[in-house]
Amino acid sequence: MFDYAEAAVEAALAAGARYADARVMDRRHEAMGARNGEVEELTQEASVGMGVRALIGSGWGFFSTSDLTTASARRAGAQAAAIASASASVSGPALELTPVEARQDTWANDVREDPLSVPLAEKGDLLSNVTRTMKEHGADVALAGYDAWDTTKWFASSEGHRIGQHIVECGAQMNATVNGERETQRRSYPGIRGQYGTRGWELVRELDLPGNAARIAEEARQLLSAPECPSRDVTDLIIGSEQMALQIHESVGHAVELDRILGWEAAFAGTSWLDLGRIGSLRFGSDLMNVTADATLPGALGSFGYDDEGTPAHPVDIVRDGIWVGVLSGRDSAALAGLRSSGGAVRADGYNRLPMVRMTNVGLLPGTSSLEEMIAATDDGILMDTNRSWSIDDKRLNFQFGCEIGWEIKNGKRGRMIKNPTYTGIGPRFWGSLDMLGNESEWTFWGTPNCGKGQPGQIGHTGHPSVPCRFRGVRVGVRG
Amino acid sequence: MSDQLLDICERVLARAGTNVEAEVTITVGTDALTRFATSFIHQNVADAARRTHLRVALDGRVAESVGNQTDGDGIERLVRSAIEAAALRPIDPGWPGLAAPTSAPSVEHWDDATAQAEPAERAERIGAFVRAAGGLETAGFCSTAGETVAFGNTLGQRLVGRTTSAILDGIARTTTSDGSGHAASVRLADLDGDAVGSEATRRARESAEAGDLEPGRYEVLLSPSCVVNMLGFLAMHGFNARAVEEGRSFARIGEAQFDPSISLADDVAHPMAVGIPFDAEGTPKRRVELVKQGITSGLIHDRRTAKALGAESTGNAVSGAGPWGALPANLVMEGGSVSPEDLVGGVELGLLVTDFWYTRILDPRTQVVTGLTRNGVWLVEDGRIVRPVTNLRFTQSFLEALGPGNVRGVGSDLTLVGGATFGVGAHVAPSLHLASWNFTGGAKG
Repeated sequence: MFDYAEAAVEAALAAGARYADARVMDRRHEAMGARNGEVEELTQEASVGMGVRALIGSGWGFFSTSDLTTASARRAGAQAAAIASASASVSGPALELTPVEARQDTWANDVREDPLSVPLAEKGDLLSNVTRTMKEHGADVALAGYDAWDTTKWFASSEGHRIGQHIVECGAQMNATVNGERETQRRSYPGIRGQYGTRGWELVRELDLPGNAARIAEEARQLLSAPECPSRDVTDLIIGSEQMALQIHESVGHAVELDRILGWEAAFAGTSWLDLGRIGSLRFGSDLMNVTADATLPGALGSFGYDDEGTPAHPVDIVRDGIWVGVLSGRDSAALAGLRSSGGAVRADGYNRLPMVRMTNVGLLPGTSSLEEMIAATDDGILMDTNRSWSIDDKRLNFQFGCEIGWEIKNGKRGRMIKNPTYTGIGPRFWGSLDMLGNESEWTFWGTPNCGKGQPGQIGHTGHPSVPCRFRGVRVGVRG
Repeated sequence: MSDQLLDICERVLARAGTNVEAEVTITVGTDALTRFATSFIHQNVADAARRTHLRVALDGRVAESVGNQTDGDGIERLVRSAIEAAALRPIDPGWPGLAAPTSAPSVEHWDDATAQAEPAERAERIGAFVRAAGGLETAGFCSTAGETVAFGNTLGQRLVGRTTSAILDGIARTTTSDGSGHAASVRLADLDGDAVGSEATRRARESAEAGDLEPGRYEVLLSPSCVVNMLGFLAMHGFNARAVEEGRSFARIGEAQFDPSISLADDVAHPMAVGIPFDAEGTPKRRVELVKQGITSGLIHDRRTAKALGAESTGNAVSGAGPWGALPANLVMEGGSVSPEDLVGGVELGLLVTDFWYTRILDPRTQVVTGLTRNGVWLVEDGRIVRPVTNLRFTQSFLEALGPGNVRGVGSDLTLVGGATFGVGAHVAPSLHLASWNFTGGAKG
């Protein structure tokens, strides 16, 4: 496969590119879904192909093909260069790349149990059984599913990279929906997006779906008769780690993507409220807030050996003691921003997509409190968890998030269950109110397998180390 | 091309054998997209796409397999994978069987020039957009796509369809505002970079130095882009027969759930539509009336929900939709007779909104959705645009907003709305003047 990649790179250079790289990808994906006790879907997908990037002037040209022959690879390389050349009529300053060592290496993540080798019957039994249990415990609609990906990549560049990677990812989810007279409630486990990682089927076994199926169905049923989340302009809010993962993803992770900050995503995904001139001095949150982007975390969904332009995985400080100190970047965006090196955060979701800045594992470093200590320290507040809805503005400032379930906190104790909990805020103001942070024993590497970005659209796999947190003075209970 | 694709279908079905039910869809084409930001092209991509999707049923045991290789080995792997997986599956009691042979409507939304468009042609339109901005910073994209789809199943159904699409979408930016322009068509030749760029520039300049507005309930004048955004939620969570079957939908056939001025259909044959005239199960598409003068009158089905609810498939099965069920690809809301300018004249106290952003549903049954405005919002008083306002967050039931008595005007500006999720489907809608919209916060908090 390296030969095809190198043939494409040579052809792109011959056609005028000053830099080119090519990535051959062979990916298998398996997904199964069950509903109300029956396996309803099983899809196995296999794709193989090559994407070629050519840099000419101020922009990239990219061409992909599923024909893997030397002749086709050469045509793809020449085509990528031709597409880049066509941009010349609307061009800007020449795009530069930060330097990176041209390594020849291989990398693979640890997998104890190959998810694609686990018998389909066993996987089907797991899903059908948990959906049956949820039905038996009150769910009107019970869904469960898993996804597993097995990806092999061969990357070569005109600078001499030659990197092979084998990445296995998998995870699962289930949810119970109940219908009331005028409303629908849902409980998901372990979260709305399930739980995913760069791990084998052992991750799914550890989730213990069977041990949680009855509980979430019963909680969904209980929500129908629970009181509404109160509407308050100011309250103490404790957020569980699953919802915190979403909070980090939306209001920190996307905000620190350098392509957004530079305006490259302005028309679609949006920009960022962050001004590069203030990196190193801007207060993002309270002193308790420490965020890193670390693609080296074992088993987390945003982990890899090298990103899709050959930069080795490494941890990057994003927020240190509440001060914004870092960004998610690639070789081109880092060069334009005047950074010395790429953050190694450039990935594509398939052979046929142009690599772009994506989150790796963007998450909070743990603090010293436990969830129970947060509850005990709260006289009057709300506890929420499990994301239900999410909306944030195009600068990643104004957000409104909803959760599946909440509880009143009164005099340091967890009180009544409440339904339809929502909260809203402005990023730095909200993060500035963080005053209690979960400890290491509650540190969970949540995986988000469905982060959308880019045009044409790409689905990214990102990780979010997270802990429960307490925030002060938050507006909750926004209604339609 | 059609014969070649049907030949691949025949080879796949022959390899599957006579002891299984099988259906195969072959999709080939080129998707190309040129992106610009900070007023120059920075990403320019093309994909020679090819996808083969096979679904087999062995005595009701169902499995699907997807690949992108159509040589002998590729077909062998595809078929073997699906059949081996199906053999290990339990019987699916909801399996509806295959679509019987039926011809599809003779609809073809196709333009050779668009299918073969070169990157220079997209760059030409982007150049015109950038020049029209008169020095304002710009960003956006121009895309062209051509796709041919062949379908075959072991009952003898054979169909071929093809479609093209082209989109020019961008923003112009002042230091305090953004304004957007959008255009979509079957034909790249219909996209006028200067016109779209001028519209974006006008909106950006006219929304500059916007002031805050106290959140609350206001009338709204929504652009076709906003209306199409609303239709997506109504379709996915409401008119979708799977949602009805599961009790999650608001839709009640025969009830006046909408204002009498609202009529909505899914119609691939509409002259402004994009797409092919059959679905992922080989069922021909037909016009489906969803709302007729305010009365909910139809649902969107695939074969599974049709079997479950005793209906017929409407040809809206979507490959890979999973638990979502059937989705419409060609919604068309009937236009009115009032120009967008005259709609403004009818607003007493309201907001003129260009685009919605990041809309997410809070409750599918009540259709309560939160989201924000984007790319230009103006306060309208006594029929006149008074001033631009900063973006606002809303939390609003879309069902209530379109409910009986709540629609004050329907625009004549029927528009095909493309976008990032355009694919081969896109929806058509006019501007709407609605009586009340619940703005729950300013974008600054």
